[in-house]
Amino acid sequence: MIKSNSGIRKTDVINRRMFIIGAAKVVVFVGIVARLFSLQINENKKYLTLSDKNRIREWKLPPTRGNIVDYFGNVIAGNLKVYQLHIIPEQVENFNYLLVRLKNLLNLSDKRIARINKLKAELKPWDSIIVSENLSWSQFVKINNYLYDLVGVKPVMTISRNYPFNDVYTHVLGYVSQPNEQEILENEIIQERFVPGMKIGKLGLEKRLENHLIGTNAIQRYEVNAYGKRINQLEYQKGEQGSKIRLTVDTEIQKACGKLLNEKAGSISVMDIYTGDIIAMYSSPSYNPNLFLFGISQDEWQLIRNNPLKPLINKTLSGLYSPGSTIKPIVALSALENKVIDTKFKVKCTGKMELYGQTFHCWKEKGHGWVSLRNAMKQSCDTYFYEVARLLGVDRLNITAEKFGLGKKVLGDYFDNEKRGLFPNTKWKKNNLGKGWVLGETLITGIGQGYIQSTPLQLCMMTAQIANGGFAVKPKIIVDSNPISYEDAKQSMESGLLFDTDSEQLLDKKLFKNQKNIKIVQEAMFASTNERFGTSYKSRIDDPKYQFAGKTGTAQVKRISKRERELDLELEQIPYKDRDHALYIAYGPYINPRYALSIIVEHGGSGSKAAAPIAKKLFKLIIDRHDLRNKQSNFERITV
Amino acid sequence: MFQHDRLSNEITLFQKIKNLDYILLISVILLSALSVFVMYSTDGGEILFHTKNHLVKLVVFFPLMIFVAFFNIKFWHNFSYIIYLIVILLLIYVSFFGIKSSGSQRWMDLYLFVLQPSELMKVAIIMCLAKYFHRLKIENVNSFTSVTIVLSIIIIPVIFVISQPDLGTSILIALSGLIILWLGGMKIKYFIYSFITFLISLPFIISFLKPYQKLRILTFLDPDRDPLGAGYQIIQSKIAIGSGGLGGKGFLKGTQSYLDFLPEKHTDFIFTLFSEEFGFIGSVGLLILYSIIIFRIVRIGAISRSNFARLFCFGYAFAIFIYIVVNLSMVLGLLPIVGSPLPIMSYGGSSMLATMIGFGIVLSAKINHKQMIA
Repeated sequence: MIKSNSGIRKTDVINRRMFIIGAAKVVVFVGIVARLFSLQINENKKYLTLSDKNRIREWKLPPTRGNIVDYFGNVIAGNLKVYQLHIIPEQVENFNYLLVRLKNLLNLSDKRIARINKLKAELKPWDSIIVSENLSWSQFVKINNYLYDLVGVKPVMTISRNYPFNDVYTHVLGYVSQPNEQEILENEIIQERFVPGMKIGKLGLEKRLENHLIGTNAIQRYEVNAYGKRINQLEYQKGEQGSKIRLTVDTEIQKACGKLLNEKAGSISVMDIYTGDIIAMYSSPSYNPNLFLFGISQDEWQLIRNNPLKPLINKTLSGLYSPGSTIKPIVALSALENKVIDTKFKVKCTGKMELYGQTFHCWKEKGHGWVSLRNAMKQSCDTYFYEVARLLGVDRLNITAEKFGLGKKVLGDYFDNEKRGLFPNTKWKKNNLGKGWVLGETLITGIGQGYIQSTPLQLCMMTAQIANGGFAVKPKIIVDSNPISYEDAKQSMESGLLFDTDSEQLLDKKLFKNQKNIKIVQEAMFASTNERFGTSYKSRIDDPKYQFAGKTGTAQVKRISKRERELDLELEQIPYKDRDHALYIAYGPYINPRYALSIIVEHGGSGSKAAAPIAKKLFKLIIDRHDLRNKQSNFERITV
Repeated sequence: MFQHDRLSNEITLFQKIKNLDYILLISVILLSALSVFVMYSTDGGEILFHTKNHLVKLVVFFPLMIFVAFFNIKFWHNFSYIIYLIVILLLIYVSFFGIKSSGSQRWMDLYLFVLQPSELMKVAIIMCLAKYFHRLKIENVNSFTSVTIVLSIIIIPVIFVISQPDLGTSILIALSGLIILWLGGMKIKYFIYSFITFLISLPFIISFLKPYQKLRILTFLDPDRDPLGAGYQIIQSKIAIGSGGLGGKGFLKGTQSYLDFLPEKHTDFIFTLFSEEFGFIGSVGLLILYSIIIFRIVRIGAISRSNFARLFCFGYAFAIFIYIVVNLSMVLGLLPIVGSPLPIMSYGGSSMLATMIGFGIVLSAKINHKQMIA
């Protein structure tokens, strides 16, 4: 019985204590439900966001660059489908075997193989390795034929920059290539849109107009797993191609310039004398910008870099040359404007001129005899211009020259590499060299030698402004939003006013005091090309449709010693580096002029032999294309 | 008295089947079915390794539960000490010859499946202590001898399991043992004193913890201190549960688990996946299902005539409760991470075997609730 009692007591104890536990259980379960409630109901939004952040990842694709077209709409910088070869390591069964196969199929270098192995070690197994950025069509076909044996290899089609005219526009457009770290950091837009494999402009307009050309990224949204592997695509957001940009250049003329300067170092610029449109701007030799797209090979790079004709230099904008006799129209104009001389003024040329014991030679040893302005210009008599310069003084000459664009950048800030050149005056010498001006320096400035330095484009603009009757033009290479037609430009210019698109005002752009003086200079230039004994008489065209006026120039690169003067060597006998630069400026047609050009052939010898004949060949084409160009002026207006 | 015992021994098979607790049985079947679906989801919506194995184990162990139930509760009472001793021997065996995996040695290869004896100990210790207190006179509960004996019964397996090392299971074994001490009538002040002693010696205990265990505690206190390392599991688990919301993301649509952000989703973190896919409603539903099971076990204990059955049922109900609480608190970020499976839901043979045997004994107690044990 005691046992039974004890049993009952024990049962009571157990039940009582179980009750306490039971109550505790309820409390704990309620606590857990409360926690669930707080996580799943109260903080649901926060955790949903975190969960999406976990699983959704965005991939930016390289943006498609905008096209650059010439005045006629021909694409000169476009995009091309390229074939690439990617390897996805996780799908490869035998990596070394695959590399051996690819090495044989594509002739990969050992260096490239080592690079692929390095990439494989660095990247995640599902990230693709780019084996070849640009497969030729035959390689692509070959790979596709052997695809059954190349597990894990993926032939890919993508878009890459392409310059269909190869080296024709290199110095205008520049090229694109992979950016370096600093270039990414410097430009916010590039920084934002950068993806590996993207290319940016490195030079020329490609660089300058980067922010317009770049385009926006296409975005792929993927669901990824915890290891970052893409599971499926959720969304594809199309990117926008960069802006299309239309240039003022004419590919046919640009190509012709390239041919004319083939294997020569030099530059040709052609400009519309009313609108300021640059029709052509070619620096020779050029190089193929397509080489840079996928990383230029060391050999090819050395070939370009070590070329003695210096293809990397944009001679049109950064080449600084003494203008030589091509400055004479400005000297003559300045003297006329300042009433130092008139058309009747004559100088007797004896082949040299003595000044304070120094001898200044004319190019013609025997001398030209008594010469007037027209004859002096025609035969490029140096003695006449020594005398005129002496009477005029360098400071007055400087004012006229700067008015016509010497010593100033022509295209402003469009090209990083454009140089200002120099037109000296007494003040400049005092400030920069610390010495007083010497009269002898005035004389040589009068024939375009000495301190004076100009770019070919400056000479072209100077010529254009003489050709259009002495009005300022605003050179441009990009067609702006309100392209002004040739006729409108001409009309507004001849009224003495020019519509300035920047300030939207009609500005007085007269560069002369008396337009008759411009006419005198124009006539003298006409004589130089179209009259017997003119320096470029041999390069004339008689047909009035194409007839042009010009001025030759021969710029010494080295002081000619007395002995050399006596020897009177033929061009071939002089070392290349010491030969004179040949220059020519011209505009045409003489009646109703439309275009101006400047030609420079480095170390080409004399202007009349090396440069003027090029103008003859070019002018026919330029004039022939004028009507075509005129019809195009209301072509779709796409711009920056 | 003797005759009465004999009479109640002779229950026919039909009566046994009739006397089964069908609410408990249905709840266990529901839970099992649910666990198969969840396992199917962890396999990414395919019947793969885990789903197959889990299903096979359920098919084997569920009949085993019925088989266990058909033995008289007296039989289990009689063999309690022996079962306890066998499991102790198994623990000794694994501590010498066990299979090592990820730094601990807790398993033995039984050819058909790998057994983790410490899981069986969770049930065996309840059986052993239930029998001890059943036989102990209420006057002697707090005597020095009995206290020494019961503490030894608890401490011996705990030491073996801690040395495997397996902190989580050893805590669960200790708690399962202590609850019987509580129910058996041990003085409340002993519990209070021990608790105070435990708190005081806590810093001392912590200094004995292995570096990875200390890290877990630190991580629990501040999961963001190392979000990609030690804190990763708990952060991802909370994201999964939290993003489930009211109704969940839908079956097979849990992105956190499907995309492998969830660690150990088959085993300890199975609730996370469930909660992500079925949301607050599903989670509360699961808790209700567990509550029904616990309540039924308590009720069976309450109607049992013998104190052994009563103690076992109450103790086992508490053990199930503790497993759930520890597991859920862990995945909800309320406790540091200790390895502890969710009964039936988690993948793992030994845990399921032990749980099913426990249910079997409870059902045996139900069938034989009128059975007196001397």
